[in-house]
Amino acid sequence: MGGHLGAPHFQMLTVTGLTKRFGGFTALNAVSFEVKEGEILGLIGPNGSGKTTLFNCVSGALTPSSGSIRFGAQELAGLTPDRICHLGIARTFQIPRPFRKLTILENVAVAAHFGAAQRSSEAEARRRALEILGLVGLATTPHAPTTLLGAGGLKKLELARALATGPKLLLADESLGGLDSSEMAGAADLLRRIRGELHITIVWVEHIMATLMRVVDRVVVLDHGEKIAEGKPREVAEDPKVVEAYLGEKVVLA
Amino acid sequence: MLELRNVTAGYGAFTALWDVSLDVAAGEAVAVVGPNGAGKTTLLRVISGMIAPRAGTLTFEGASLTGRPAYEVVAHGIAHVPEGRRIFPMLTVADNLKMGAYLKVARRAYAESLERVFALFPVLSERRRQRAGSLSGGEQQMLAVGRALMSRPRLVLLDEPSMGLAPVMVLRLFDLIRRVREEGYTILIVEQNVRQVLKLVDRAYLLEAGHLKMEGRAEALAEQDFVRKAYVGL
Amino acid sequence: MIDPIFLAEAAVNGLLLGGVLALLALGLNLIFGVIDIVWIAYVDLVMICMYAVYFLVQVYGWPIWIGGLVSVGLGALLGIAVHVLIISPILGSAPVNQLLATGGLLFFLQSFATFLWTTDHRSVRLTLPTLEYGGMFLSFARLVAFAVALLVMLGLFLFLRHTYIGTAIRAVSQDREAMALMGANPRTVYVVTSAVGGALAGVAAALLIIQYSVHPFFGAAFGPLTFMICVLGGLGNMIGAFVAAFIMSEIISIGGVVWSTEMGYVIAFVIFIIMIFVRPGGLFARRA
Repeated sequence: MGGHLGAPHFQMLTVTGLTKRFGGFTALNAVSFEVKEGEILGLIGPNGSGKTTLFNCVSGALTPSSGSIRFGAQELAGLTPDRICHLGIARTFQIPRPFRKLTILENVAVAAHFGAAQRSSEAEARRRALEILGLVGLATTPHAPTTLLGAGGLKKLELARALATGPKLLLADESLGGLDSSEMAGAADLLRRIRGELHITIVWVEHIMATLMRVVDRVVVLDHGEKIAEGKPREVAEDPKVVEAYLGEKVVLA
Repeated sequence: MLELRNVTAGYGAFTALWDVSLDVAAGEAVAVVGPNGAGKTTLLRVISGMIAPRAGTLTFEGASLTGRPAYEVVAHGIAHVPEGRRIFPMLTVADNLKMGAYLKVARRAYAESLERVFALFPVLSERRRQRAGSLSGGEQQMLAVGRALMSRPRLVLLDEPSMGLAPVMVLRLFDLIRRVREEGYTILIVEQNVRQVLKLVDRAYLLEAGHLKMEGRAEALAEQDFVRKAYVGL
Repeated sequence: MIDPIFLAEAAVNGLLLGGVLALLALGLNLIFGVIDIVWIAYVDLVMICMYAVYFLVQVYGWPIWIGGLVSVGLGALLGIAVHVLIISPILGSAPVNQLLATGGLLFFLQSFATFLWTTDHRSVRLTLPTLEYGGMFLSFARLVAFAVALLVMLGLFLFLRHTYIGTAIRAVSQDREAMALMGANPRTVYVVTSAVGGALAGVAAALLIIQYSVHPFFGAAFGPLTFMICVLGGLGNMIGAFVAAFIMSEIISIGGVVWSTEMGYVIAFVIFIIMIFVRPGGLFARRA
């Protein structure tokens, strides 16, 4: 379940010169960075910096205009999202959209059944789904409808579905949005455990910076589609370019 | 003038504002800053009536506006310039401004309001017959503000007016907002561009993950590392 | 070979028919553009108004123009009633529910009409002349209908362009929330729009009853045609509907002369299907 047994130097994710244009608008401009196996990497940047576009390119929802995204030796650019999922990359979404007509367990079982590289039996899928629900903390009411879940529960379900596909790499999209402080602490903790116990590498996009910066190992900062900084959280937080990107430019009057 | 007490609001299962209280006095210019996703837009939408709070109260000039729909709130004297401007793209500039004066009291003072708006934003007068959708970003922003002023408000809410504008345009825009303020309007502005907005306002609130974290005079906040921390985390 | 005179006559008749079809399409589009709901029962409202005119003029002997005015008023009232009683409660729900609700109204109106007035065809027997022009025979009723339809559409255009409430209706169709921020109660705008849409149906009813006979299933003939015109022009697009109405009416009219009436419709429908394959959004995209 998400473990890696690959060669010692499995290059988890290598993004090189990634560019994405929408007509005349360049959303990403030659972005390059690496994700190391087993790390939690934070992807941050002010509004409109291209974080979501980047995620969409990696998960296959968008095709890059140019550049490469390598997962191990496999080039991802141009592959369909389901193929990318079967390769071992899972993604959560900012606004969870569970299957409303299925129970909590069924939602996760569907992911376990269809998302894994090898199809397992339905019973096996359900068993795994139950295990994962236990991990995220939703095991007490597996047969309840999803409508019973509040914000925190929905985000947990979102993570559970992603985990059920058996990924090596998890793209977590704003896992803390809309949660109260205790739920946020729980969500951050869960991400730590996913990395620690399941050995899943995580790339995490988030706006709730205070929490993210305390959890991630490294940070990549985007602004207007370009990478402007990369490094440990503390370094990045004090980088004047980053501060300026967030707080606004010191505009020089002509 | 404006009083929010213990407002909690959100969308569906998600809460965007937790127990927020703030005040705006008549004649003031107040900013609400905070990182993306902090709930700033939700805050303005609650004030203007676009969404109803789950808890808390909203009072304007002594009248309770809690849960009142938007078309009633504007009749009380609060105009909201929404995020993304939301001008009517297929109507002309003149028609957009006409729509701004939809309220009966506004229609009576239509000619005078129009003159004021054209004095503040001469480019709108030049382009009055043009389709609003063909204006540049900066011009659309001016139109959005002008349209709001047509309703004869006393409080103007501005939601991220600098979004999507080139830096030079941003400077010009903030200058114009300063002049609007000088005309006597009370302003509550939400902005991501902290540095610029703190030069414009008297006081500011810092909103982070739906909680009001800090409040103070603009000059004081500008120095504070606290603001930097709210945006960058550490 | 077909006598070119017949073709020309068919073309002119197509034009005249197009006028009224355009009116129907405009009414439907107005409501959709503003409220975002498709009134499946729109043409059945026309049917009810046609009965009203029939009774006033044929049975009670009132002059046609008074019948027409009553039809307009009735149409407006029915429009408001439909909005307040049926549409308003379901505004937030899934589009399927909205279709079902107006669909239910359709069946109700048809059954109601059958119950009250049986399935007999009723027509208004006005002695209106047939004009001859260059070998073509044109019905005066048709000409009048066309002229009135054009005038009404011109009036609608001016209303939407130059009056306050007309501009507000256009504004709401572009951004409902923003208009609420200007102080416009969306409900009021919807009711006015429904009234105008209904009034247009009333006008169309008066113009149709002098050309065709009415029966409870009148909507089955004209309803699908009206929808196709709206879709062909791009749902919500007034100019598109106007143009599409004439395109369809010409095809039907000329096809009817070259082959047969039924073939005229068949060809029109086939061309519609092809057009939608080629441009699914309609000939013109829906305006913002």
